[in-house]
Amino acid sequence: MIAYIVRRVLYAIPILIGVNLITFALFFVVNTPDDMARMHLGVKRVTPEAIERWKRERGYDLPLFWNGAAEGAGKLTETIFYRKSVRLFVFDFGRSDRGRDIGEDIRQRMWPSLALAVPVFLAGLLTHVTVALALVLFRGSYLDAWGTVALVVLMSISALFYIIAGQYLVGKLMHLVPISGYAGGLDAVRFLALPAAIGVLATLGANARWYRTLFLEEADKDYVRTARAKGLGELAVLFRHVLGNAMIPILTGVVAVLPLLFMGSLLLESFFAIPGLGSYTIDAIQAQDFAEVRAMVFLGSVLYIAGLLLTDISYTLVDPRVRLG
Amino acid sequence: MEEAPQRGRWRRWWGRGVALAALALAAGGCAEPWNNPYPAREARANIYYTDFQERPKHLDPARSYSSNEYAIIANVYEPPLQYHYLKRPYTLVPLTAEAVPKPRLYDARGRRLPDDAPAAQVAESVYEIRIRPGIRYQPHPAFARGPDGRFLYHHLTAREAARLRSPYDLPVRATRELTAADYVYQIKRLAHPAVASPIYGLMSGHIVGLRELGRRLDEAWREARARGERWLDLRRFELAGVELVDRYTFRVRIRGHYPQFVYWLAMPFFAPMPWEAERFYAQGVLAERNIVLDWFPVGTGPYMLTVNNPNRRMVLERNPEFHGERYPAEGAPGDRAAGLLADAGRPLPFIDRVVFSLEREEIPRWNKFLQGYYDMSGISEDAFDQAVRVGAGGEVSLTPALRAKGIRLQTAVLASVYYLGFNMLDPVVGGLDERGRKLRRAISIALDYEEYISIFMNGRGVPAQGPIPPGIFGHEEGEAGINPYVYEWRDGRARRRPLAEARRLLAEAGYPGGVDARTGKPLVLHFDVTGGRPDDKARLDWFRKQLARLGIQLVVRATDYNRFQEKMRNGTAQIFTWGWNADYPDPENFLFLLYGPNGKVRHGGENAANYANPEFDRLFERMRAMPNGPERLALIRRMVDIARRDAPWVWGVNPKAYRLLHAWVGNAKPNLMANNTLKYLRIDPHLRAARRAEWNRPVLWPLALVALALAAAVAPAVAQWRRQERRPPLEGAGP
Repeated sequence: MIAYIVRRVLYAIPILIGVNLITFALFFVVNTPDDMARMHLGVKRVTPEAIERWKRERGYDLPLFWNGAAEGAGKLTETIFYRKSVRLFVFDFGRSDRGRDIGEDIRQRMWPSLALAVPVFLAGLLTHVTVALALVLFRGSYLDAWGTVALVVLMSISALFYIIAGQYLVGKLMHLVPISGYAGGLDAVRFLALPAAIGVLATLGANARWYRTLFLEEADKDYVRTARAKGLGELAVLFRHVLGNAMIPILTGVVAVLPLLFMGSLLLESFFAIPGLGSYTIDAIQAQDFAEVRAMVFLGSVLYIAGLLLTDISYTLVDPRVRLG
Repeated sequence: MEEAPQRGRWRRWWGRGVALAALALAAGGCAEPWNNPYPAREARANIYYTDFQERPKHLDPARSYSSNEYAIIANVYEPPLQYHYLKRPYTLVPLTAEAVPKPRLYDARGRRLPDDAPAAQVAESVYEIRIRPGIRYQPHPAFARGPDGRFLYHHLTAREAARLRSPYDLPVRATRELTAADYVYQIKRLAHPAVASPIYGLMSGHIVGLRELGRRLDEAWREARARGERWLDLRRFELAGVELVDRYTFRVRIRGHYPQFVYWLAMPFFAPMPWEAERFYAQGVLAERNIVLDWFPVGTGPYMLTVNNPNRRMVLERNPEFHGERYPAEGAPGDRAAGLLADAGRPLPFIDRVVFSLEREEIPRWNKFLQGYYDMSGISEDAFDQAVRVGAGGEVSLTPALRAKGIRLQTAVLASVYYLGFNMLDPVVGGLDERGRKLRRAISIALDYEEYISIFMNGRGVPAQGPIPPGIFGHEEGEAGINPYVYEWRDGRARRRPLAEARRLLAEAGYPGGVDARTGKPLVLHFDVTGGRPDDKARLDWFRKQLARLGIQLVVRATDYNRFQEKMRNGTAQIFTWGWNADYPDPENFLFLLYGPNGKVRHGGENAANYANPEFDRLFERMRAMPNGPERLALIRRMVDIARRDAPWVWGVNPKAYRLLHAWVGNAKPNLMANNTLKYLRIDPHLRAARRAEWNRPVLWPLALVALALAAAVAPAVAQWRRQERRPPLEGAGP
């Protein structure tokens, strides 16, 4: 298995170079270094001289990919692409074009993101599995029928609606929690309760329906019938046999998103003013801050690759028939 | 036989549930609201709560140039001058200076000229600024020295800096007196390549020697960087046009006559910068922790920024070293009656702390204002109908719900203009010939901006009559102030000329009915815009429909922001919308937008329409150096008339700002020029705490209702399931 992991890590390097190359090309197709300078210097009274100085100071006065004027390896290394990309591979994100240390920003912002994402993830998993199991337990009853209809309704509603309705009902009308904001320590619970509940509810429809399908598929298998025939109660059948076997596809799906929890949630963080990483990339794109954009895209790619690798590993843990070679 | 213990268990659970609910209701009756986003200990503190929508880009006074940044740093840094808080028209008064400086004028041979000398004779003007002694900086570790006189924190190690989140985590802080050298240091910073000040280009054209200093600093900075250094001591570099006269006095030499320079002395660009602060923040170990001058200002103002988490909140705290400015004793007519002079002569500031919370979205911001958690608010488009009623005569008032909360409304026409511009270099819509003029004037009449303001701005604006907005010298109200090419004065008010007149002008321009008389083809014009998002569709359709009334086809060319700017720079845009916010309250700051040598395509200036009328330019050159008075007003009238006749802009809108204040906010008066206004505000925190408690009592019964509904929905199914579970496996099976 170690050989497999090493191989997958090595495969990741060309993927990351490719992602970086595409990010770079896309960014500079839309924004030239002159555009970036204008955005940073402001829209009023900016002179060509000021633009040149801004570019020179931040290394954007170099050619993008190929420096014909340089000697030897400098033709490749004396370029914006090389200068701005190579250090990413040692996770040195450098300074943003606005002058902030990106690594420090990420370290600061990932905690509020995690403070929201982890409870949403755990409570979501528990709630969605519980609801799905309950529907399976009462399958064929009015509760199953109307429950499924309710799940379809829930999954048809935009996440934005849950946020606005949640803030309106719980924050504005019932005055139970702050409408938005954030605090450190235990006080964070007051601020995270509503967004976490909304995060769970917003994904309840889709996830619980999917899990219900998985459970139902298992519930009709021969070994489950045998368990029932042996006189096992329905609860024991569901929890001991159905749940355990249906968890394989659930877990593998869930493990893939684990590393991405760091990246936060754009909508929830934005509406609830949670200072996480969710809006960091969008802010950077709007501010045309290439340094932040490439750092976040790079980090997202690394975490995604890590998620896929963890999924592969989790297969071997939950299903003894799978071997990585 | 199992039924009895089962019932007992249910009863116990039910009892516990009721007890918990009772506890929660009791807690709900407590004074402290549950939804208070601030710590309970602050409930009655003298704190002003406001918000910010996006993190500021810069808090360095040499770099910062936008209103959201000024909202913070203008309360920390103190340039020599400021605007009087209450007086109108806007008046410059000393802040750290002893007096508002008057320029001394010199000719090319260095001879002193009279103050009213023609601008053409003036080779140089000299401003001498004397700072009041005894002003001290906020306590800051950059000034802290050990017993041996050496700075404690100018050579921090990585280990010492490892746990720092802010400079105020360092235990020792000190202060020192403000001197004229700090102002000189800051002016030099405008030329520093690493600072990249947005006004370097502009100021290097005015301040003698600034461009030369910039070149030397370019070279020196390159060398310093090559040596691995992070700081240039600007005290070592001479700036020919800025002279340190003594400890409290400095002189600035300006090329030619540029009387508007005095307004720049009221902007943070000219605030003092202690070299110690720059030296302190230049340390790499601090930069790695994002502890930089661009994020943690060091000033002499009433407040100091002690918390700066631009992703969450920023906190200004009272500067204990503040020099004791006092609330103004005189104001504009009506200020006394409005209670704005009740605090006359009292020491500033009144508020201890100002908390800025990040609030990206409009809905939570608005709701938190209504709950009393923000002290002031603007009014978003979505919330407008909840907040304001517009009467039949256009008068605005608050809705009864807001009035019941004691909320007040303040409105002010901004010193800004949003206009629709014609590219004067364009062969169809441009040119100073009669054909072009008539075409543009026809369009000006057809674009009904009264309707635009009503539909798209909730009535928050006034149709502009020319380039100078209300509140700026040269703007005239009433019949004398209307644009006679678009409006006529009837029944005591300006009325837009009829569409028939626009059609006649269009025909005279050679496009009868919107058809080019020479080619027989329909007149197609291009509207260059950014975005083109679904939200913009209604607005763009409105423009199309307005011109369709003349038979003109308006084609919208939507593009991204960068390409749009490129079109404007290259002169390939045809019709566009643009805007300008005043830097200072002088007509020059608006009329220069139409000055030929300021054209965007040929000169890279701010004249986006590339309008160039030699007569206008000649008058502008005379007007800009004159003091306000009848002679200047006469020149401005002529210039405005020329511009109205040529119609390079459809003059568009002067927007109106609406602001809501809670009953506990005092001394609030809109001041469109000053940004350092927090020091004048007053808060009644006890009234605020009482109102918050009254408005935010927890409501719990919906939770109980939902729980009951869920229980009622599930109970029959559970009962059925339990019956099923108790049934023997083969019950009912036949023999």
